[in-house]
Amino acid sequence: MIPTTARSGTIAGPAGFLAVVACGLALLFGAPHVTESFGLVQMTGFAALAMFALSQGFVWGYGGIMSFGQAAFLGLGGYAYAVSVINLGDSTLPVLIAIAVPMLFAAALGYFMFFGRISDAYVGVITLTVSVILFQLFNTTSGSQYRIGQAELGGFNGIPAIPVINRIGEPGEQLDIEGLWAVAMSALILVYVLLRAILASRLGRVIVAIRENETRAQLIGYDPRLYKLLAFTISAGIAGLAGCLYANWGGFISPTVFGLSMSAQVIIYVLVGGLGTLIGPMLGAVLIQSLIIAAGTQSMVDSNLGLGLVLVGFVLLVPEGLVPVARRLVVGAAERFTARKRATPGAEPAAANPALAEGGGR
Amino acid sequence: MNGLTAPRPLRPLLRAEGATMRFGGVTAVDAVDFTLDEVELRCLIGPNGAGKSTFFKMLTGQLTPSAGRIRFRDADITGAHPHEIARLGVGIKTQVPNVFNGLSVRENVFIAGGRRKSLARTKRFVDETLERLRLTAIAGRMVGQLAHGQRQWVEIATVLAQEPELILLDEPAAGMTHEEVHRTAELIREINRTHAVIVVEHDMPFIRMIAKTVTVFNQGRILMQDEVGRVLADQRVRDVYLGKQAA
Amino acid sequence: MDLVGLLGFNVFTGVATLALITLGLGVIYGMMRIINLAHGEFMMLGAYTAVVAVDAGVNIWVAMLVLPPLIVGLIGLLIERAVIRFLYGRMMDTMLATWGISLGLIGLVTTLYGNVVRGVSTPVGSFEIGRYGASLYSLVIIAAALAALGGMLALLRLTRFGLILRATMQNPRMAAALGVSPDRIYMATFALGAGLAGLAGGVLAPISGVSPAMGAAYIARAFITVLGGGPAIITGTGLAASLFGTINELVAFRTTPVIGDVVLLLAAVLLIRVLPQGITGRYLRRSL
Repeated sequence: MIPTTARSGTIAGPAGFLAVVACGLALLFGAPHVTESFGLVQMTGFAALAMFALSQGFVWGYGGIMSFGQAAFLGLGGYAYAVSVINLGDSTLPVLIAIAVPMLFAAALGYFMFFGRISDAYVGVITLTVSVILFQLFNTTSGSQYRIGQAELGGFNGIPAIPVINRIGEPGEQLDIEGLWAVAMSALILVYVLLRAILASRLGRVIVAIRENETRAQLIGYDPRLYKLLAFTISAGIAGLAGCLYANWGGFISPTVFGLSMSAQVIIYVLVGGLGTLIGPMLGAVLIQSLIIAAGTQSMVDSNLGLGLVLVGFVLLVPEGLVPVARRLVVGAAERFTARKRATPGAEPAAANPALAEGGGR
Repeated sequence: MNGLTAPRPLRPLLRAEGATMRFGGVTAVDAVDFTLDEVELRCLIGPNGAGKSTFFKMLTGQLTPSAGRIRFRDADITGAHPHEIARLGVGIKTQVPNVFNGLSVRENVFIAGGRRKSLARTKRFVDETLERLRLTAIAGRMVGQLAHGQRQWVEIATVLAQEPELILLDEPAAGMTHEEVHRTAELIREINRTHAVIVVEHDMPFIRMIAKTVTVFNQGRILMQDEVGRVLADQRVRDVYLGKQAA
Repeated sequence: MDLVGLLGFNVFTGVATLALITLGLGVIYGMMRIINLAHGEFMMLGAYTAVVAVDAGVNIWVAMLVLPPLIVGLIGLLIERAVIRFLYGRMMDTMLATWGISLGLIGLVTTLYGNVVRGVSTPVGSFEIGRYGASLYSLVIIAAALAALGGMLALLRLTRFGLILRATMQNPRMAAALGVSPDRIYMATFALGAGLAGLAGGVLAPISGVSPAMGAAYIARAFITVLGGGPAIITGTGLAASLFGTINELVAFRTTPVIGDVVLLLAAVLLIRVLPQGITGRYLRRSL
């Protein structure tokens, strides 16, 4: 099945790609000069969540896989980092472990789902169920018997005082606020570039082709099960890295990272920003998260109510998301502008062919 | 089994033995024996529901036969996955066009043609295929926005780009204009110089344009198989098409 | 021996609980192919209905068994009219919309009643199986589950509404040709599924803490049971609940309830690898 809301979604033009990377670099180097440390801490959190949104945007928007329990991988990444950095001291290996553990978990889960050839809806239900059960499981780990090496899992309270990433090979040299921002933002840019590269490669093209028409992809000779498994596993690794940064940002991690509202939040980032784009989910994460923070200062209404309304509202009214709508408005305005210019005598009206504009846009 | 007089090569390209497909209580394909030689062109005809498309799906692995065996050259492909059979060299244009609607014409052909080639070779090959099927002018268009006939051509292009040994075409002329039908017939004859082709079609003038040997399906079985002129003149075949049950 | 008796009783209760919390989800999925992610919150609303009614002095049996299905059924009806009906045929969008409704209901109830755990006291006492005490309330759960399953079966088999429901499931256009609007049928089905979820919430209110987020504790098991059961609503729910309920109770008895859920999930993942369409997708396809 083709996701109804994922109509766009081939490769954005090189101009768009360069613009996004340039904006990212400007933020990376510019932000420390403009904001003080509180703002920088907040932006580090945004970067972690934007990376989480990228993982969801990739697997769902491009792979067409309804991974509705993406929080499972965020949580596994965060916990894997926390446990291993407490045990090992140096943070270099733990960062890699935070990527590897969710990937292995996703590969095992994905094997059963994709090679079992269950329907898309069932994939949604199972991934969601897995995250709920991980939430319950980690909630029950209070007490000193639940420890991995020197790290106590801590049940509902989670793991406090997680050591921040240090300079490679020097466990004493932990990053300060500015250093963590630099690491988080560079990682976000790198993940974005990596995903663009994957989507431009044969692997990415086949993943998108399978989203478009699984039967045809199969009849051409590609094994959809394998490519779905790859997309799912890659996205789990990205979510794991996001979880690692998230744990670094907060300095602690608790089972709420596995919670349904975490999975729902990332779905909302992607849906609001635009399914089938990469910039959309990142912008969606920053937008929604800013709204949650703004709403958090009042205590009249629970923030879940707002999130729920946003989700229902977007599904009903703006299923494409903001970025594709904005893109279409800009392209439409540009076309009208050129059409008016050409409406002078002797001009060829057919030149403003929407197909040409579209061909140039991807 | 039927009145073919030409001597057969020792090893056929494709051989189905007792191929059977049952859905619940319905037998859509009933113990069909079918043989196709290298570089042969075969037409399958028969009324709706005769089992032609089901038979195709068994050949491509989209359906696993309830009984019987299917061999492609030396390989037993009974119950193999569609992608495995495709890699052995079987390509199919399905009855309802199966294309990547959200991708451009060029991307459709690229994905089909690029499975085993380097990037540079794929690009050249894709350009040639687009040229051959006269799709170059619309190469940048989104396939979902094309007319039905054009999408048929895109699908045929993806099948050719896959460079299969055996090409299955399920109603390739459906929804095409008169002129397009002629071009399709021409193309099939050209493909057949180097590839084996099986065509399912209802359009009798079209069958006359391309056919050599024709196999007639009726109620899941092979009613007869012979040279095209004799088949189309046969009273049983006429009865089947007019709805009178000869059997 | 007493232990075996107790364990058997607990397994039976576990199966009944699972059937009760799954049936509403199964009705909506089986008839409409909609996975209702707000199912847990419909249960939560049922539980709150019971709590609020008991606080207002309503008879506890009425508060638990009568009001929750009616009120949550009505809420389901309103939600179907306001949101779901615009999304028929769009599987993913209905999932997303019901997820939004789920969040919205959690937020609404938190805003109204606060994020605190409330409760209803159990209206009946306990009895003894040999040396062990067992809750009489388990019998209420078992009775409610049997009544719900039996009621659904009777509804589908014996009534005109049931006949129309089955016809619509098979082929919406044919039902339309019979002069029945599929729109109406879907509306009624969604309300029915919501009402069953409300009943489950009301029945379970005395034995679970009632809080805005309580739905999450149940949905994992309910989803697994629906997936395992497959397309036939009653048979599928019954069989999957029996299989998974037994596994869950036996494991939970040896370890903890959460490990019971983990093993349940593993069992379900293994099951769908073998039977992607669930138990009744492969066998008993013609049953209800």
